[in-house]
Amino acid sequence: MNWVALRMLTGDKAKYLGIVFGVSFAALLMAQQSAIFAGLMRNTTSQIRDIEGADIWVMDKSVQFVDDIKPMSENRLLRVRGVEGVAWAVKLYKSVARAKLADGTFQQVILLGLDYDNKDSAGRVVGQPRAERILAGNWEDLEQPDAVFLDEFGWRYLFGDTPYEQGRSLEINNKRANIVGMVKCKPTFQTFPILYTKYSQAIQYNPPEPKTLSFILVKAQDGVPHNELCAAITKQTGMKAQTNDEFFWTTIQYYMERTGIPINFGITVFLGFVVGCAIAGQTFYLFTLENLKQFGSLKAMGVSNLRIIKMVMLQALVVGLIGYGLGVGGAALFGLVFETFVKSAPPAFYFGWQILVIAAVAVAVIITLSAAMSLKKVLFLEAGVVFR
Amino acid sequence: MKTQTSPPNPLSETERGNRNELFLPLSASERGPGGEVSGSRSVRLNHVTKEFGVGDAKTVALRDVSLELPYGELVLLVGQSGCGKTTLISIVAGLLDPTIGDVDVLGQSLTKMRGSRKVRFRGSNIGFIFQQYNLIPSLNAVENACVPLLIAGWPRKKAIEKAASVLEKVGLANRMKSYGNQLSGGQQQRVAIARALVHEPKLLVCDEPTAALDAASGRTVMGLIREVAVQPDRAVIVVTHDSRVYDFGDRIVSMNDGGIENIETDREKFGGTGH
Repeated sequence: MNWVALRMLTGDKAKYLGIVFGVSFAALLMAQQSAIFAGLMRNTTSQIRDIEGADIWVMDKSVQFVDDIKPMSENRLLRVRGVEGVAWAVKLYKSVARAKLADGTFQQVILLGLDYDNKDSAGRVVGQPRAERILAGNWEDLEQPDAVFLDEFGWRYLFGDTPYEQGRSLEINNKRANIVGMVKCKPTFQTFPILYTKYSQAIQYNPPEPKTLSFILVKAQDGVPHNELCAAITKQTGMKAQTNDEFFWTTIQYYMERTGIPINFGITVFLGFVVGCAIAGQTFYLFTLENLKQFGSLKAMGVSNLRIIKMVMLQALVVGLIGYGLGVGGAALFGLVFETFVKSAPPAFYFGWQILVIAAVAVAVIITLSAAMSLKKVLFLEAGVVFR
Repeated sequence: MKTQTSPPNPLSETERGNRNELFLPLSASERGPGGEVSGSRSVRLNHVTKEFGVGDAKTVALRDVSLELPYGELVLLVGQSGCGKTTLISIVAGLLDPTIGDVDVLGQSLTKMRGSRKVRFRGSNIGFIFQQYNLIPSLNAVENACVPLLIAGWPRKKAIEKAASVLEKVGLANRMKSYGNQLSGGQQQRVAIARALVHEPKLLVCDEPTAALDAASGRTVMGLIREVAVQPDRAVIVVTHDSRVYDFGDRIVSMNDGGIENIETDREKFGGTGH
C-alpha cells in the first residue's frame, strides 16, 4: 500500500510539486536566513578566532564583548603572570582608528597590536597568523618601522579590485603606516579593514593614553583546567578571564541581547516557517480532501486506520525529505554563490550542522502539522461515505 | 431461487473466458480471518433498526428490517431516494452498525464483530462497486484493479498479474494501462467491477452502478456484473433505482420509508423474461 500512497501523491504533478515547493521554500528561507544570522553572529567574534595560540582572554571586568575595549594599565600583565597555573601571558592591543588614504578619504580600521616583547614558550609572537593565512609579504617585515599587515577584505575595501602591491601606505593620526603584506582574516561584523602591527607600534597610532592594554592573552600550564585558571585569575586580579569559547559566546550573547538582529532574523525565519506551514499544509490538506473519496473507498475495502496513517505519513515524509533537500540545497547554493561572487564585502553566511538540524526540525513540524490536519479528516471519515 | 437464464452478455466468447478458471478460490491464509463461509444464507438481518442523531434531530433510517438473502443470486435493492437503501447496504457491508438488531453476513455476526476484525472481514469477503467508480486517478486500470490484493498483502507483481487477468474478463485487455480520465464511464465501471472481484469476495455490494452511465452502458455493466459476479457461492446486492436494469435481478427488494415493502422473486413481474 506504500506504493499506492506514493502513486496517489505523485499522480497530480501540479499538486505534488506545489507541496514540495511549499516545504522547499520554507526550508530555503529558514536555512538561508538562519545561516546569514549565524554568519553575522560569528563575524562578531572574528578576532577571537583569528588570534590563535592562547587559551584564555583576560580583560577589564566591565568588558561585555570583544569590541568593548576598556584599556588597562600594563602592570596588570605582571599580576596575571603571578597567578599559579599560567604558563605565559602576553599583551594585545585592539582599537578602532581612523585611517587616511592617499586620495584623502578617511576610513575606520581595526588596529591589532601584537606583543613582540613577550613571546610564547616557543618564542613565537602570540596572535601571529599561521603561514597559510599570509597571502603576501613576509611577516618578519613587520619589524620594520611603521609596518603593518592589512587583511584581504580590507585591501578590497580600501583599494577596490586593484591587485595587492607592496608600498601602499595609509596615514593614521598623521602617522605613516606602510602596508608590507596581506593576511587572510575571518570576516568581521563591522567590515572594517584589519591592520596587524606590533604592540609598540600600535599604541603610537592613537593619541597618548595612560592605559593602553586591551587584553591579556594567557596560556595555561599543561594539565591546568582552563575554567579553574579563569576563576583563579579573576579571584586574584579582579579582572574578567574567559576561555576562548566563553569569550566567543559572551560576545555573541551581547549582540543577541543588545541588538535587534536576532529579532529581525527570527521574524524572517518564523515567517518562513509560517509560509511553509501555510503552503505545504494547505496544499497537502487540499490534496487529502480531494482524495477523501479514494481514502473512503480504501477504508471500505479493508484498509485499517493504522495503515491509512502510515500512508499519509509516508506521503508527508516523502514531500518533507524532498522539500528539505531542495531547500537546504538551495540555501547552500546561495551561500556558495554569495561567497564566490560577492567580493566587495566579507560574507556573513555560516552553514553549520546546527542550521541543517534547525531546518530539519522545522520541516518535520511543518509536515507533521500538515499530515495531522489531513489525517484528522481521513480518520474521522466514515467508510460509509463512499455510498453517499 | 436463482434463475439460470442469463442476461445478454456484452462480451465476446473470447473475452468471457472461463469464469471458473479465473476465480480460483483464495487459500485460507490469503482470505484472512473471518473468511470462512458458512450457513445457507449470505445475508441475514434480524429486526434491524438504524437511527441517526439524537433528540429532536433523530432520524430513523431503517425500521425493524428483517431480511434473508441466499447465495447465488443477484438481488436488487430498489426504492425512492431516502428510503434507506444506502443505510441498509452500509450495514450489510459492515460500514455502519445497526442501532438495534442483529446482522449476519456470510455466517459471521457483524453485530458482534468489532474494529480491525471487521475491517479485515470486509477486505477479505466483500467487494464494492461504487456509483462514481471511486478509482484512484493516479493509478491505471490494472493498478486500480489490483488494489484489494495489495490490501490483502499480495506482492505487487502477482497482484498486477491477477488483476490483468480479471480485466481481460471484463473486456479491458487493451486498456490496462489507461488512466481513469482516458476511459469512458462504462469502462471505468468495468475497472471497478474488476477491482471488486479480483480478490474473489463472497459478497459483492454495488451502489447505483449504472447511475452515472447512459442506458446502453448501464445495461452492459449490469450484464457484466451478472455474467462474471454471480456465482453459486457468492451473493450480489445491487442498490439501484434505475428501473431499466430491473430485469437483471433474480430478486427485487423494494424499500419504502426505512422498511421492506415487498420482495419480488417472480422475474416475469419485473421484466425478467430472459433479458
